[in-house]
Amino acid sequence: MTAPLDVPGSAIEAGPETVLEGADSSVIRGRSLGQIAWMRLKRDKIAMIGGIVIVVLILVAIFAPLLVSWLGHPPAEWHREKIDPAIQAPLGTFGGISKDFLFGVEPTTGRDLFSRVLYGARISLLIAFFATLLCVVLGAVFGMIAGFFGGWVDTVISRLMDIFLAFPLLVFALALGGVIPDKAFGMSGDTLRISLLVFIIGFFNWPYIGRIIRGQTLSLREREFVDASRSLGARNHVILFKEILPNLLAPILVYSTLLIPSNILFEAALSFLGVGVRPPTPTWGGMLAEAVHNYDVAPNFMLFPGLAIFVTVLAFNLLGDGLRDAFDPKAR
Amino acid sequence: MTTTNEPLLSVQGLEKHFPVTKGLFKRQVGAVKAVDGISFDVFKGETLGLVGESGCGKSTTGRLVTRLLEPTAGKVVFEGRDITHMRQGKLRPLRRDMQMIFQDPFSSLNPRHTVGTIVGAPYRIQGVQTENGIKRAVQDILELVGLNPEHYNRYPHEFSGGQRQRIGIARTLALKPKLIIADEPVSALDVSIQAQVVNLLEDLQNELDLTYVVIAHDLSVVRHISDRVAVMYLGKIVEIADRKSLYRVPMHPYTNALLSAVPIPDPKARAKSDRIRLTGDVPSPLNPPPACRFHTRCWKAQDICKTVEPPLEELASGHQVACHFPENAPEAATKTAATTP
Repeated sequence: MTAPLDVPGSAIEAGPETVLEGADSSVIRGRSLGQIAWMRLKRDKIAMIGGIVIVVLILVAIFAPLLVSWLGHPPAEWHREKIDPAIQAPLGTFGGISKDFLFGVEPTTGRDLFSRVLYGARISLLIAFFATLLCVVLGAVFGMIAGFFGGWVDTVISRLMDIFLAFPLLVFALALGGVIPDKAFGMSGDTLRISLLVFIIGFFNWPYIGRIIRGQTLSLREREFVDASRSLGARNHVILFKEILPNLLAPILVYSTLLIPSNILFEAALSFLGVGVRPPTPTWGGMLAEAVHNYDVAPNFMLFPGLAIFVTVLAFNLLGDGLRDAFDPKAR
Repeated sequence: MTTTNEPLLSVQGLEKHFPVTKGLFKRQVGAVKAVDGISFDVFKGETLGLVGESGCGKSTTGRLVTRLLEPTAGKVVFEGRDITHMRQGKLRPLRRDMQMIFQDPFSSLNPRHTVGTIVGAPYRIQGVQTENGIKRAVQDILELVGLNPEHYNRYPHEFSGGQRQRIGIARTLALKPKLIIADEPVSALDVSIQAQVVNLLEDLQNELDLTYVVIAHDLSVVRHISDRVAVMYLGKIVEIADRKSLYRVPMHPYTNALLSAVPIPDPKARAKSDRIRLTGDVPSPLNPPPACRFHTRCWKAQDICKTVEPPLEELASGHQVACHFPENAPEAATKTAATTP
């Protein structure tokens, strides 16, 4: 990208760029930093693979019922005929993989593992997305306020973040998961468990993104365009939303993409420990927890949910790294 | 120069002390006296240059006048109204008449906004209605500062430094202000571009009847653009005079030293000039020297300079100096050669 040279006088009639852009565009349009980042991202093959995997995963999660009715069996349907009654292990090779059961069957119950992994994606992605959204909203709001206003506001919010980060989150989540009854806050069943997980993960992880946003705001606040806006008479909220927030969108996007996989892992960990969404609703972490007991007779039971977590987390991390490089002007 | 008796901007005894705090309870242990009691007037249509070394408080002065910083003491009177501690809400309509050009064209334009948004921001913030819409008004101003109006939809990173500074100037001009504070308007630009921008500022002044306060450390830029020049040292004005007499007969030793440091392009002339070399560093504004602040580096300093602060006195018409032993003073004008070391 070369900035056109300034030739006084002639610049008004015909800048060199008007010639370059040709006759197809009568109106000169510049490329925004976002468009440039997108162009760079498109060149980053690894990040694009990550992005494609994520899109496929989301589509699979959305259309899970359709895919399952086409390629599998309902996730809660028992198939005892596929189980060896003597050792409660699946019949057939590698956990009973066949044309009907693409990933084989669960031990004991004989439920279709393919449809359970697909339905597990819905829970995992749903919780990870909403928890990340909660993190980002809280982190951005508090981070911006702390960084922009400074002083005692900053001190209070920063210490609050320290307290949240020092909180024994896993212990708290385990305790809360056990204490909350089956019906609470006007919700019950899966809805309640999902909301609970979103709350726990989102509410206690926002300081990570909050600190990043605070730091960015702190440096943006000192830039001269903020002074320029203020000297034009702009109010604080105008400066915050019109001048500072647009500059924060890139870090927010990058860090939420990197936060999603860690939230997926956290959800899996909670489900593994038994405080997540309750069975029979399938979750990847919950499946892994059950698989621990019979990995020797049904390795497929551990392999496929594990692989699903691995692929999802890897895809998000690859995309997040790519996004970070694309938005960083120093890393070409 | 059309000077009336009523100054457009009048600064009286302006002070800004930045507190230095320490410990958990933010106990104040001292203050950086960035600006320590300065007074000057700016009349309609003129250009006042404000020069001095880095750290002498020039930029702070600019930010105090535009109320980006809150003054510690003193008064800022703009068009007869005291704006020193005026609330931001009441100040907002007055901001139309007083605008600021910023030093760094790479930091003063929001990288996420198009040129159209940046230059149109003053209208939106101030709620000003334009005849043919904001876009038309913005394009007119872009043309006025020598930019292609079709660049409306471009982003700042697509422009060179000089063009970006023109965008900044266009934004400043959008509301047709009366007073423009230019904080180092060209120091971040290449020398070849500096001349263009300085000339642009002059043309605009003639065309739009503007009044400038130009803050700069470059004496040749100030000489080119200013009608009057104020020299600052460590938060105080040491000399203020119209351009000709300041550059021809500088009275304060500091001004002399500054002027002698201007590079002379002719090697023959350079050999003849005797450059005054100041020894030592600028003292810390945290703990400035008592009385005359220049006495630690002044070759003419005597005991009185360490005990009595020299007042800013008018030694010739329109030429004020704060020094006990001024050079080139009118009564000593005949023996100027003897006083130069």
